[in-house]
Amino acid sequence: MSTEGSYYVPESSKLPVFAATGLGLIALGAGSWVQGQSPWVFLAGALVLAFTLYAWFALVIKENIAGMNSDQLKRSYVWGMGWFIFSEAMFFAVFFGSLYYIRALVLPWLGGEATENELLWAGFEPTWPLMVTPDQAANGDAAQFLGPEQNMSFPGWDKILHWLPLWNTIILLSSSVTVHIAHTGIKNNDRKKFNLWLGITVFLGIIFLILQAEEYIEAYNHMGLTLSSGIYGTTFFMLTGFHGAHVTFGTIMLFVQWVRGLKGHFNDKDQFGFEAASWYWHFVDVVWVGLFLFVYILA
Amino acid sequence: MAHGPAKGIGRWLFTTNHKDIGTMYLWFSFAMFLMGGFFAMVIRAELFQPGMQIVKPEFFNQMTTMHGLVMVFGAIMPAFVGLANWMIPLQIGAPDMALPRMNNLSFWILPFAFTLLTATFFMEGGAPNFGWTFYAPLSTTYAPPTVNYFIFGVHLMGASSIMGSINIIATVLNMRAPGMTLMKMPMFVWTWLITAFLLIAVMPVLAGAVTMMLMDINFGTSFFNAAGGGDPVLFQHVFWFFGHPEVYIIILPAFGVISHIIPTFSRKPLFGYSSMVYATASIAFLSFIVWAHHMFLVGMPIGGELYFMYATMLIAVPTAAKVFNWISTMFRGSLTFETPMLYAVAFVILFTIGGFTGIMLAIAPADVQYHDTYFVVAHFHYVMVAGAIFSSTAAVYYWLPKWTGKMYNETMGKVQFWISFIGFNITFFPQHFIGLAGMPRRYSDYALQFSDWNMISSIGAFTYGAAQLLFLFNVVRTIRSGTPVSEPKTWEGAEGLEWTLPTPVPYHTFSTPPTIK
Repeated sequence: MSTEGSYYVPESSKLPVFAATGLGLIALGAGSWVQGQSPWVFLAGALVLAFTLYAWFALVIKENIAGMNSDQLKRSYVWGMGWFIFSEAMFFAVFFGSLYYIRALVLPWLGGEATENELLWAGFEPTWPLMVTPDQAANGDAAQFLGPEQNMSFPGWDKILHWLPLWNTIILLSSSVTVHIAHTGIKNNDRKKFNLWLGITVFLGIIFLILQAEEYIEAYNHMGLTLSSGIYGTTFFMLTGFHGAHVTFGTIMLFVQWVRGLKGHFNDKDQFGFEAASWYWHFVDVVWVGLFLFVYILA
Repeated sequence: MAHGPAKGIGRWLFTTNHKDIGTMYLWFSFAMFLMGGFFAMVIRAELFQPGMQIVKPEFFNQMTTMHGLVMVFGAIMPAFVGLANWMIPLQIGAPDMALPRMNNLSFWILPFAFTLLTATFFMEGGAPNFGWTFYAPLSTTYAPPTVNYFIFGVHLMGASSIMGSINIIATVLNMRAPGMTLMKMPMFVWTWLITAFLLIAVMPVLAGAVTMMLMDINFGTSFFNAAGGGDPVLFQHVFWFFGHPEVYIIILPAFGVISHIIPTFSRKPLFGYSSMVYATASIAFLSFIVWAHHMFLVGMPIGGELYFMYATMLIAVPTAAKVFNWISTMFRGSLTFETPMLYAVAFVILFTIGGFTGIMLAIAPADVQYHDTYFVVAHFHYVMVAGAIFSSTAAVYYWLPKWTGKMYNETMGKVQFWISFIGFNITFFPQHFIGLAGMPRRYSDYALQFSDWNMISSIGAFTYGAAQLLFLFNVVRTIRSGTPVSEPKTWEGAEGLEWTLPTPVPYHTFSTPPTIK
C-alpha cells in the first residue's frame, strides 16, 4: 500500500468491470429502446452504472480521507478533470459549428445563392430563425418538415421581462458568482459561508432547470416549435437540450459536494471534489453565454 | 504492492496493473485483427473473379463496412493503446498509469462495444452496410435498423478512447521520473502524448456526429436533411473533422515505435530528436485544418477546394522531415536486420509510398479522377497496413522478449516478415493500377478489364492473411516455450529506461522513480 512519497496504485478492483457492464447494458438497451422496445435493459444498465459510480466515488473519498492520496495523485485528478472538460467543450463545439455552417452556408445555398433552386426548393427564402422550411416552401402543407409558428428570439424591448432566456442568463451567471463565493469561503475555512453559498448555487441551478422546462413546454404546446420543426427546432433543442443535461449533471455534482460539505469533508487545504464540480459549473455557464448569444440573440 | 498477479480470471477482470491491461488490449486487438481480416478475405474472395460468386451484394456491403470499422476501432487503435499501457510507464519511470482503475474500465468497455457491433450480423436487417465512413443519408434514411446499435457502440468506443487518453496525458504530464524533462522523453511517449490530445479533441466530435444521426433517424430532426433546412454534406464535414485527425491518431504512435527500433538496430541515437517532436506537433496541428480534402467532389466553393488542397500538401513537409530523420539515423550506422528492423525499414519505404499517393490525392483537380476508386483504397492501405499494422507488429517483436523473458524464433520472424511484405505489396500495389483505370471502391462486382489485377490482388491478400497466422503461432510459441533471455538489454543498441529493468519485467516496476541525469 501507499508509503510516504510513493504513488498510490490501488489493488485490483471490481468497480471498472461493473461500470463497463453497466455501460454495455445502457448501449444495448438504448439501441432497442429507440426502436420502440421496452426500456428495461437500458434502465437496468443505468442502475448498475449509478450504483457502481456511487461505490467508486465513495471509495475514492474514503481513500482521500485516509490520507492515501499524495500531492502527485491529486495532480492526476486535476489533469483528469481538466481534460474531461476539454472533451465536453469539443462536444459542444460540434453543435455550435454545425449551427454556424447551416446559418452561414447551407441556408443561402438552399435559397439559390450559388445556383438556381427552382427545381429543388422553389420559392424557398433563407431566413433565421427559419420559419418556413425548404420542404414547406416547395410543397406547402404536404411537406414532411413544417417550420415553427413562433421562435425563441429576442421579442423586443417591451416584452423583455417575459423573455425566459434573459432570466436564465441572469440566474446562471449569478450561480457562477455564488459558487465562487462558496469557494472563497472554504479557502478561508469558513464552512458556514461555504455551505450557505453552495446551497444557493444548487438552488439557482434547479430554478434554471425549471425555467428551461417551462420554456420547452411553451415551445411544444403554444409555439409549434418542436424537434421536428426544421433545422431551427433541431439546432435549438439539441443545443439547449444538451446544455440542460449538463446543467442537470452539474447540479447533481454540486449537490453531492454540498452534502459532503455538511459532513465536513472539506477544509482550506483539501476541497478538490468541490473544485472539480465548480469548474464543471463554470464550464456550463460559459456554454450558456455562447448559447444566449448564438441561439437566442443573434437571430 | 510487492506481490505478484492474482490467480485465475479475476486477475484480468479486476486488474489495475498497466502491464496486464496492456496485454489485454494487445490480445483484444489481435482478435479483432483476425475478425477484420476474415472480412477482408471474404471481400477478396468475392472479388477474385468478376460476377457474383460467394456472397450477395448486400452482404458484401456489410463486409466492407465492418472490415473498416473493426480494423480502425478494434484492431489498430487498441493495439497502440496496449503498447502505450505497457511501455509509457516503463519508459518514463512511473509505477503505473496515473489512474489505474479507470485504465481497466477503458479496456473493458471495448469487448462490450464490439460484441454489440458484431451482434448486428445476426439481427434483422443485418450489420451496418453504409461504409466505415457512414455518410448520411446512407446511414440515416436508408440505414438498416441495426444502425442504432452501431451508434451506441460508437459511443462506447469513444468513451473508452477518451478515458484512455485522459489517463495517458495525466501519466505523461504528471508521472515522469525526476529529471525527465519533456524534451528528454522517448519518442514513443511524445507521439502518444500528442495522439492522446488528438483523441480527446476529436472523439467527442464523432460522438456529436452519431448523435445527430440518432436524432435524425428516430426523433425527426433534420441535421442531414435538406428538406428541413439541413445538409447531408454537414455530415461529411463533421465526420472528417473527426476522421482526419483520426488517421494521425493511428499513425503517430507508429512513428513513435519506428523512432525506437531504427536507432536500436542502427546503433546510433535518433537523428534530429527535437525536429521529430516539432514535426509530430505540426502534423497534429495541421490535421485539424485539412479535413475537407476527403470531400473535393461534394461541390465546395473553389476557394474551399484551393485552401484544403494547399493546406493538405503542407503536411508533406513535417512528414518528410520524419522520413529523412529515420534515413539519416540509419546512414553510416552499424546496421543489423532482425525482424523488428526489417519491419521498420519496410515501414519507412511503404509508408513513404502511401505518403506520395496521398499528395497525388490532395491535388483537387486530379482527385476528380481518383476519388472513390481503388487508388484511394491502395493509398490508405499503404499507410494503415504498412504503416500502422507493420509498426505494431514490429513493436511486438521488439518488446516481446522484454515482456516475457523469452526470445521469439528469429528465422520464423524473418520468414513471417517476408511473406507479409510480399503478400502486402501483391495485394495493394495492383490496386493503384485498377484505381487509376477507374475501378470504383466498395463494389461487389466489376468490369471485365479489371479481372487480372483483381485476381492477383486476391492472391496477395490470402498470402498476407496466412502470414498473420504464422505471427500468432510465433508469439504463442515464444510465450510457451521460447528460449529464455535474462539480459536487461535484449538488443545491444537499445537505449531507454525500459532496458534498465530486469528481463522479464517484474509485475511491479519503478515503485520508487529512478532519477534521470
